[in-house]
Amino acid sequence: MSLLSDPRWGEALAHLPDYLGNHVRVSITALALGLAVSLPLAILSRHRPILRGALLGLASIVQTVPGLALLALFYPLLLALAAITLSWFGFAFSAFGFLPAVLALALYSMLPVLRNTITGLQGVDAAILEAAQGVGMTPRQSLAMVELPLALPVMMAGIRTAAVWVIGTATLSTPIGQTSLGNYIFAGLQTQNWVFVLFGCIAAAALALMVDQLLALIESGLRNRSRLRAALGSAGIAALVAATLVPAMARSSSSYVVGAKTFAEQYVLSALVAQRLRAAGLSATSREGLGSNVIFDALASGDIDVYVDYSGTLWANQFHRTDIKPRNELLAELKAILAKRDITLLGELGFENAYALVMPRKRAAGLGIKGIADLASRAPALSIAADYEFFSRPEWAALQKAYGLSFRSQRTMQPDFMYAAVASGEVDVIAGYTSDGLIAKYDLVALDDPRRAIPPYDAMVLLAPKRAGDEKLKAALQPLLGRIDIATMREANLRAAGNDASSSPDAVARWLWEKVGKH
Amino acid sequence: MSATSLIAYAKVAKRFDGGRVVAVDDVSLEVAGGEFVAIVGGSGSGKTTLLRLANRLIEADGGTITVEGEDVRAADPISLRRRIGYVFQSGALFPHMSVAGNIGITPQLLGWAARDISARTDELLDLVRLERAPYRDRMPHELSGGQRQRVGVARALAARPRIVLMDEPFGALDPLTRDALGEDYRELHGKLGLTTVMITHDMTEAILLADRIAVMRAGKLLAQGTPAELAASRDPYVGELLRTPRRQAERLNERLPRGGA
Repeated sequence: MSLLSDPRWGEALAHLPDYLGNHVRVSITALALGLAVSLPLAILSRHRPILRGALLGLASIVQTVPGLALLALFYPLLLALAAITLSWFGFAFSAFGFLPAVLALALYSMLPVLRNTITGLQGVDAAILEAAQGVGMTPRQSLAMVELPLALPVMMAGIRTAAVWVIGTATLSTPIGQTSLGNYIFAGLQTQNWVFVLFGCIAAAALALMVDQLLALIESGLRNRSRLRAALGSAGIAALVAATLVPAMARSSSSYVVGAKTFAEQYVLSALVAQRLRAAGLSATSREGLGSNVIFDALASGDIDVYVDYSGTLWANQFHRTDIKPRNELLAELKAILAKRDITLLGELGFENAYALVMPRKRAAGLGIKGIADLASRAPALSIAADYEFFSRPEWAALQKAYGLSFRSQRTMQPDFMYAAVASGEVDVIAGYTSDGLIAKYDLVALDDPRRAIPPYDAMVLLAPKRAGDEKLKAALQPLLGRIDIATMREANLRAAGNDASSSPDAVARWLWEKVGKH
Repeated sequence: MSATSLIAYAKVAKRFDGGRVVAVDDVSLEVAGGEFVAIVGGSGSGKTTLLRLANRLIEADGGTITVEGEDVRAADPISLRRRIGYVFQSGALFPHMSVAGNIGITPQLLGWAARDISARTDELLDLVRLERAPYRDRMPHELSGGQRQRVGVARALAARPRIVLMDEPFGALDPLTRDALGEDYRELHGKLGLTTVMITHDMTEAILLADRIAVMRAGKLLAQGTPAELAASRDPYVGELLRTPRRQAERLNERLPRGGA
């Protein structure tokens, strides 16, 4: 199949009004806010060297924070703020999606605007400033009639830089719940859908170029006193904003929002949940690519209605528990904790996506290793690899303690590459995920954990507090509970890791339903 | 202060850099209505500072300055500047405004009607001998140095000031342009009944244009008077300043045959 005739282009195009519209809205709002704050500050600081230094320093520091981290930081910040306004003033706002994205991006846009405005104003010839004073201008008139017009080209260059940065960085607002062109990129990267990745990149670049050119038109209009050009440029930007508002207003707000984290299994499961809701006559939209620190709070505050999480993740990451309990006790306690927060644990899907120590099947057989207990004596001669967080998680400490494990060396690796690395013998053991399809693909084996050092990671469906009494929703999802076993989920994940049209989350979810729904 | 003085400096002082640099030191000078006074001095003599004290571009540390009988300290500096014309070195036109925009700026600040500003602009273009149609809408960078300074003069005269302050207005021009512009301005000064204070480092220019000359050096006013009165000064610096143009004139007379060109 050639790249151009790939049906996934059509699928990508169908998402464009929603993704592009949200992207434009969040970018333009952030840029407008950034300008509204930076321009007065730059003007205020032009005769105040200390303020100027402080502002530029602060903006530079903000710039060094990676975009993804900056966006992620605003979410808990706003969540805390929303809690305060709720207890003090009796109202809360959504700390999810639009607001944190706008604030973080606005902050991001400030450096080029501040720097160029200050530079532009300082570049005005001192003789011209004296002339402005000499002909009888007040400081304000001098600013408006002489300094700003003369600084305009440099200022506009800064504004254009900011616009391009903001539009590019806005793709990173997907994990905090703001739909953007980043949805293509995050989904594409996780499900190996390069058509989506490419589409998202091209769309973001095209948007950035277009806005840049419209701003250039406004600039040349202002500089050459051509009202026509300035008006055309402004009209272009206004049209862009207006065009993106139409689909937003047309969208109904009554639909269920299904959340998904940033890995392939989550995309498949959220597609499956959304399909079930639609099959039951309910309308459903997806919020995909949410950061795993964001998604639980989003559910608790009602920004999403339903998603699938894992018992061990909630236990260790969300509730910061370091003790590891037997499955039944842990589940019961988790259920109680969730109930206290009015979150409904609808039930388990039937499989676990836990950490497991994984080796090639033949190698394990050759060494006579069946379980982790057998590994302990061999470990000093072996190497282990895991994802970025595993070695600092309680599971690793518990494993070492329970089995007395001590490896020759340990490395961290991008999860996608771990399985190939262990299959090729580059490392001897990896800490993989039990539901990963690559375990079957590479003929690997997950070693038994008879001493239960690794907590259970049962996949479980969670419902938002406002959906606690929603029987229609519960009925629609009931057929999924307990039906998906580990072998089925592994196969589904393997399919989703493919690189063709049948590997889209929607297609895999349909296959999964075919397999588990017919009983 | 005499009753006819339009500008009067009395024991005026100005220091910069927290008092370390004395720019103007105990200067008293009166400029009568209708008079053309040139302030002559080298760089750093304090002549520009003295000029700018009059419209409060710089504030005095000591002494009193009166303009049209009013102590400038009591005047609003903005309206003071709007009623005093000021011609800057090499024009200092606003580069983003057309010739008409530059000329009409002070009337615009004063809130004149657009039609009045436009009529006044045409009138001023005539006065400074620039053709209306081709020059009105030109931008400053499209003008020659002489044309720019003609616009600078027109801008200073736009709001019909009685007083014009000029800061080395013709210094950067070629000799022919400089001569023509100087004479044209002197004619305007008479025709419009202006009172002019001009700064220059060129004694020849001062002698040719001014009624009276004030000589400054190191912040002090060394001498003031008509060229003839200055010639009688015993100050060696003043004498040296006057000898130069005279020597030049004599050499010119020797070298150029009379009546030829």
